Order: sequence, then C-alpha cells, then structure tokens
Amino acid sequence: MSTGVTLARPATRVNDFAVKLANVNGTGSASANSLLMQAIFRMGVPVSGKNLFPSNIQGLPTWYEIRVNADGWTARAPEYDLMVAMNAQTYDQDIREVCKGGYVLYDSTWPLDAQLHRDDVTFLGVPLAQLCNEKFKTPRERILMKNIAYTGTLVALLGIDMELIAELLDEKYAGKARLRDSNHVALRLGYDHAIGNFDCPLGLRLQPVGETADRILIDGNTATALGCLYAGATVAAWYPITPSTSVMDAFTRLCEKYRRDPQTGRNNFMTLQAEDELAAIGMVVGASWNGARAFTATAGPGISLMNEILGLAYYAEIPAVVVDVQRTGPSTGMPTRTQQADLMEAAYASHGDTKHILLFPGNPTECFHFAVLAFDLAERFQTPVLMLSDLDIGMNDWVVPRLTWDDNYTPDRGRVLDAAALENTLVFQRYNNWDEEFVAARTLPGVSERGAYFARGSGHTSAGEYTEIPEEYQEVVDRLAKKHAAAAAHTPEPIIEGTRSRIGVLTIGGCDLAVREALYVLRERDIAADFMRVRGFPFHAAVKQFLAEHDTVFVVEQNRDAQLRSLLTLETDVEKEKLRSILVYGGFPLSAKSVVDGVLAELEKA
Amino acid sequence: MPSITKPVVNHPGLQRNSLGLTVRDYEGSMSTLCAGCGHDSITAALVRALWELEMPPHMIAKLSGIGCSSKTTAYFAEGGHGFNGVHGRMATLATGANAANRDLLYVGISGDGDSLSIGIGHLVHAIRRNVQLMYIIENNGVYGLTKGQFSASADVGSKAKKGKPNQFSPIDPMMVGMAIGATFLARSFSGDKEQLVPILKAAAAHRGLALIDVISPCVTFNDHEGSTKSYLFTREHELKATVTDFIAPAPEIVAAVPNDGVRRIAMHGGNVLNFRSVPDGYDPTDPTTVSAYLQERHAEGEIVTGLLYVDESTDDMHELNNTSVTPLVQLPYSQLTPGAAELARMQDSFR
Repeated sequence: MSTGVTLARPATRVNDFAVKLANVNGTGSASANSLLMQAIFRMGVPVSGKNLFPSNIQGLPTWYEIRVNADGWTARAPEYDLMVAMNAQTYDQDIREVCKGGYVLYDSTWPLDAQLHRDDVTFLGVPLAQLCNEKFKTPRERILMKNIAYTGTLVALLGIDMELIAELLDEKYAGKARLRDSNHVALRLGYDHAIGNFDCPLGLRLQPVGETADRILIDGNTATALGCLYAGATVAAWYPITPSTSVMDAFTRLCEKYRRDPQTGRNNFMTLQAEDELAAIGMVVGASWNGARAFTATAGPGISLMNEILGLAYYAEIPAVVVDVQRTGPSTGMPTRTQQADLMEAAYASHGDTKHILLFPGNPTECFHFAVLAFDLAERFQTPVLMLSDLDIGMNDWVVPRLTWDDNYTPDRGRVLDAAALENTLVFQRYNNWDEEFVAARTLPGVSERGAYFARGSGHTSAGEYTEIPEEYQEVVDRLAKKHAAAAAHTPEPIIEGTRSRIGVLTIGGCDLAVREALYVLRERDIAADFMRVRGFPFHAAVKQFLAEHDTVFVVEQNRDAQLRSLLTLETDVEKEKLRSILVYGGFPLSAKSVVDGVLAELEKA
Repeated sequence: MPSITKPVVNHPGLQRNSLGLTVRDYEGSMSTLCAGCGHDSITAALVRALWELEMPPHMIAKLSGIGCSSKTTAYFAEGGHGFNGVHGRMATLATGANAANRDLLYVGISGDGDSLSIGIGHLVHAIRRNVQLMYIIENNGVYGLTKGQFSASADVGSKAKKGKPNQFSPIDPMMVGMAIGATFLARSFSGDKEQLVPILKAAAAHRGLALIDVISPCVTFNDHEGSTKSYLFTREHELKATVTDFIAPAPEIVAAVPNDGVRRIAMHGGNVLNFRSVPDGYDPTDPTTVSAYLQERHAEGEIVTGLLYVDESTDDMHELNNTSVTPLVQLPYSQLTPGAAELARMQDSFR
C-alpha cells in the first residue's frame, strides 16, 4: 500500500500517482479534465479530482489535480508525478512542483525556456497548438480542442482505454454531431502524436480494476439538492454566491423534472432568487412559519447577513434549513478556495444568547442524508439547522457508493396542532406545555382561529405574550437552552475508528479522508492513534466520551483560529490542554502529508 | 410591544356579516400607541374593511417589521396568525409565507423607517415580484420609538419638533412604485376613513402587491407647526385624485353604481373597482398620466390621495412561477418525493 506521503517513488506505478493539470481559466479545460477523471472512474480505479480555480471568468491560472490510488487513498496529494503544463504564465511554478523522476507534458509549439529545464524529470513536448491550428478553423475551436488533444495524449501515456473515452465523448455530445466529431478528431491528434513519439504507456499507468456499477460520481452540492428534494422541500430562497450556487441550480433542475404536476403542468415548488441573503433567510422563515419545508444555500458572507433573522427564528421557534458551503474568509476572502472557518459563526449566529443545531457532512453521501436530517431536526426542534459543507465537498466530483433511499421515510414534522387537535385545546399557548425535549406545539396560519398567536422576536412569555418581566423572559430562554441540549441525541453520531490508543485524532467534514490516510501512515511508523470525526452540534455524547478516553487529542481542521477546538472547549468538559490543534487553512483541500507533519511536529514538542 | 387584552363587550345591536361576525370580531388587543396616533385610525379602517370583506379571521396573516406602525398587527384580527419580525424585513417574511400558502390574505404593516430606509431593498423587490400582499406604510415622517429622528419620507424643510429642518430629499413610495412597475398604488390619510376603507378592500382583492401609503401623523413627535406630516398640514394640502368604490362580485350591486364619470375596472377575483377621477383626464390605469400628475402636484406641495394607479393585467408571483393551485403547504409528501426507484434510476447518469 502506498500513500501520498511515501517518499520513494518507483518508476513503475500502476493505479497510484498524481497528475496536475495547469491551465488558463475560461479556455474549456475544466470539461477536458473532468472527462479524464470520469474515464478513470469508469475503469474502476479509485480517483479524486480537485479543481483549484480562481475567482475569475477568463485568463487567470487554474489547476486540476487527479489522484489515483488503488487502496482508496484519494485525498489531495500535492506531490505530482505528471504535470500537464498548459499555462506559460505558471510554467516556472508548475515545473518546480513535479516530483523527482516525474514527467512534464507541455505544448512544444513554442520552445521551452532553457531556464525551466530540470535534469531529474522527463519533458514530453507535443505541438498541441500547431496540431490544432492545422486541423481546426475558428480561433475558439482551436483553443477548445487543444484541451481534448492533450487528453488524447494522456490517454496514450497513462494507458487509459481509448474506446472508453471515445464512448464518454459520444455520451457527452449526443445530439451535437459536429462538436462530437471535432472532439474525436482532437482526441486522436493528441493520441497519435504520443503513440508515434513516446514510449507509451509510461511507468505511471492505469489498469482497469473492475465494475463500478455500485459507485457514482457526484459533487456535494448536487447531493445536497437531492437531499432537499427527497426531504420534500417546496420553497427555496437564495442569493447567488460561490461556492453554493450549484446547490440551487441543481435543486431547480431536479424540481423542474420531478415537481411538475404531470396533469396540470404546474410547479409543486417555488425557488426565489432573493435580493440579498437577508431576504433569502426571511423568505425561508416566512415559508416555514406557514408550514412549508424551506431552505436556503449560501456561504460565509451570506451567513453574516443572515444572522439577524437566524436569531428571530431561534427565538420565535420557527424551523429553517440553511446550507453553508464554506469558503475561505474573512470578508470576501478567497471565494473559490475551501475552508472550515464558519463553525463559530454558525454555532452562535445572531446577537443575544443564541445557539443553533449544526450538521457537518464529510462527503456527498452525507450531504444527501444530512440535508434530509436537517429538515427533520429543524421541524422537530422548531429552530434553524445549519448544514456546513465546504467548497471541496460541494464543488468537486467525488466517487461515492450509490445513494439509496428508504420509501418508508416519513418527514418528522414535529409537534404541530391541526384543527382537530385545536378543537380539543382549551386555550392554546404557543410556548407552553412543552415535551421532554422542551419543545412546545406550534400551530400554522390558515388552520384555525383557535391556534392564532403572535410570533415575535421581542421578549415573550410562555403564552407568547409580550413581556419585560425578568422571570417570564428567563423561563422561555432557559427552556431554549435545554431544547438545544436535547437535540444532541438526534445529531449524527461521530465516526470513530480504533479504540486502543491514548492518542486521538479528531476532525470534521471533508478532512475525513486525508486524516484517515495520515493515521495509516503514522501506524506504518508505529504511531497509533484513534480516529473520530464529529458530525453534528450540539455534540453527541459519544464525542464527549472519546475526549474523556484519550490523553491527547489532535484536532485537525481547516481554519486559523482552531474553531472546532474552541467549540469543543466551550461545549464539553474537556481540559483545554488535552486538545492540540493541527490547522491547515491556505484554501486547498487537506492532504495527509500536512496532517502527518503536524502530528509529528506536535509529538516532538511533547 | 406590550399588549393589553381588550374587554369584549358586544353590543347586541351590532351588525353581523355573512360569517356571523361583528366588527368587534376583527379587532385585536388594546393599542398601546399614544392617544390620537394616526396608526390607530388606520387599524380601525382595517378592522372595518376586513369585516366588510367577510374574511374568515383565520385566513388573515398579519406581518410587520419593527416600529410604532409594526405594533399594530396586534391590534386587529385576533383570529389570524401574526408575525412581528425584524426591522425592515417584513416583505421577505411575507414573500416566503405567500410562496408556501397562496390562499391566505397577507396584510403587511410597515412604517416609513421600516420600508423607506432599512427595508427599501425588500420593498422594491417585493413590488417587482408582485407578491400578493396588502402592503401598508403608516407614514409619519419620523422615528417615534427612538424619539423623533427624521425618516426618509420627511420633506425638505419640514421641521423636527426641536426646530431643525430636514435637508434631504424625501423618498415618495408612490413615485418609487411608478418607477419599478408596481401594480397597485394608493395614498390616503389616516384621518379619512371614508376614503381608506374602500382602498383597503380593493387592495385585498388586488392580484399582486398593493402598496398603500397612509399619511399618519405622529401626535408626539411630528404634529407641530412646520411639520409636513401633521394633521393640519395634510388636511390643508391634500388633493384627492380619485374617489374609489369597491364592489364585491355581486351583479345587482354593480348595476346600482351610476355610470356617469365613473370608470369601472374588473379585478382578478371578479370584484369591481369604480373610480371617479377628480381632476379631468386623470386615468389611474395609464402610468404616463399618473407619473406626470404626481410629479406636477408634488412640485406644488400638494399631497395627492386616492387610488393612484392600478394594473390588474400583470401576473402575480404565483402566476409567474406557475405554482400549483393547491398551496404548497397542503401538498402531501407522497406527491413531493420521486421515490427510491427513481433515485436508483437517475444515478445511472451520474457516471
């Protein structure tokens, strides 16, 4: 078994290497690169693709990383065996990044500057621009087809099944015959040149593994949208923001397919593109007050704006589901880079004493299931639930097992009194008669006069009446604290692996794979540590138990200020000294190497 | 927002509507606003209008922001759900609520601070979406709860209680509405119940957003000499552009309306609006005339009241979205989920 951290790199490496493609954004490279990843996926080889793109429409450097690993270690591994250097602006950096013994594929239409030369890597020049200029007429086509041409070269170099990739092109351009034909021509151009000029395949190569029918390629945002569809959400309000936009794009697309009444042609959903995030969350809360399952999708800047109404929903006890696809902050930060830096903001969003329920999916599968859970918890506890995904999970394609659904699922609508129940209620008091989880029954507008009440964000009594009396005010806010605590039992249990060590490594969200790979590497070096990934807040009892059972717990997260560690310190009894942070927050997806290095450095300190 | 339960004393002679309800049944808790506050008169007009409309109280949804005006949602239609949200965001709550349940009558109460400063972004976008909503701005030109600062509707030169004149150009919600394609614009005066009640009834029947700007003097902070939102100033400078009559969809009543000088507009739900334009040539359905007239009268320092503009032909938010006729909240879950088999099938393309 090998991992991205292994230093020795044998010349022949089957189904175990990393390729980085350096492109200029806006030139059509993204579709060629994902085509490559898709082909590798179809070969049955575990693969990941990470798009490291700029916040820009056209002209800036963009990279795409593909890692294949037969053992399934597909976290980002920034040690590249092959660099596809298609951007002269970044040649210098890109060529420097290739591992010793690796390869550089470049466009040899123009000679490479002698200063860029390295003796320890193999340069593979293909006159891509020249080949495409000879074959294609329009400037746009020449630029686009260059990407497919280098794909053809890679097909030959890496031993990708040519028939398979041709089939993918046919699927992709079904109904667009001219485009399909151009793509085939370009693919062949690059392929033939490689076969004619290089010893193909290279030592780095792919070998088909087997069937992939039980797996899919999906990004977290699409999976989230599917979850919202299956949860029965009918109202979605949003303001466009990277990296969450594709949640709403996918939801709208799915609804247009599955929520259009076949008889009447009418829509059993409404998506509202709001004027800002203040409005988006207002619409969600308005719709939820009326009894609909409603949600919004946003990123950190949107959460900042939503704080006000999240506090209203918390205090007036109205459900709301918010998907936060986290990006790099603070402020505008780096909109197209990933981070996990909204934890504290989300946990206590809004002024005054507020606390929210949070869900932390670690991959697209969990995005799907947690989105459904978010609606159940929001309605059960009549409060906002924020699902914190991130750019890496949300926007990159992941290989995951096929999603499954249980047709016996019934939405948990929480305690809602209907007209019949209200007939038997002497006097309805909105915040009175709470259950063992401190939830009082609510009523919906339009049902019965007997259930009418006045929802408000101002101080109120258990009867829902305005108050400025300390005891009456405190009775309600104290119950809210207990209600929040009661939700802990309903948040997803943490994932725990290993039970033997006194050392624990605790992490969150999309760090999952990199941390588990790091633990594997550390075990090879005789450092045993147990693994836990927290998946919800308030923290499940099992989280507290894990903290109690370990002497030292490394907390791996992607933000500068150790926000998960802070939250654990505030919300559990763990001694602060026990928790030691490993923080990686530059904006790229986590690699096992940074975790291994971090743990080793911390252990040396001790 | 303190509320005091109002003692229910029904005079046996009180008239009942077809639901068997008296006008008292459309009241709410006791107002805690200052004695003589214009807002209380608007509440009274609303109570009257809702009673005359024979609205089942539980089908009324009342929404508001923050401020003196926004308190009034507690003072009418006790049998309807109320939602007193946060400052300036009433329109967003109402939009979402309406998206979820298109069957209720949405009454949004806001003020000039709530709507023309902190919430103006939401107001204009709710207008653009043509959300079915009665949107009432109780406009007094002043922030009352924070003790007398000018609002964005204060006229240039209007004097604050402490004597300082306002220097900034006022925002006129009617002109804003004209500029962005509002479909129902009316202005009235809290002291003129006779004018206000039919306007409110027409607003309730309008398809889309009905914006009603009601000049509502603040007796505590803005009713002095030098103020342009005082009772006296409004009475002296008011100019009625239209006289409106709202006719419910009953043919015999329609027939009883004289045709002379009266313009009839059929409303979406079968109701009829009758206008009599006071100045010759004022056509409340022609945006060009309306804009020109409002501008001209504004330059003369006059406050034009009445149903100023109406457009019954534009689709509302749900028609634009082609939403299910059954409110979304009433759709059973079975109709919303594609099911396990479909999930399996659709994933064949995720490869």
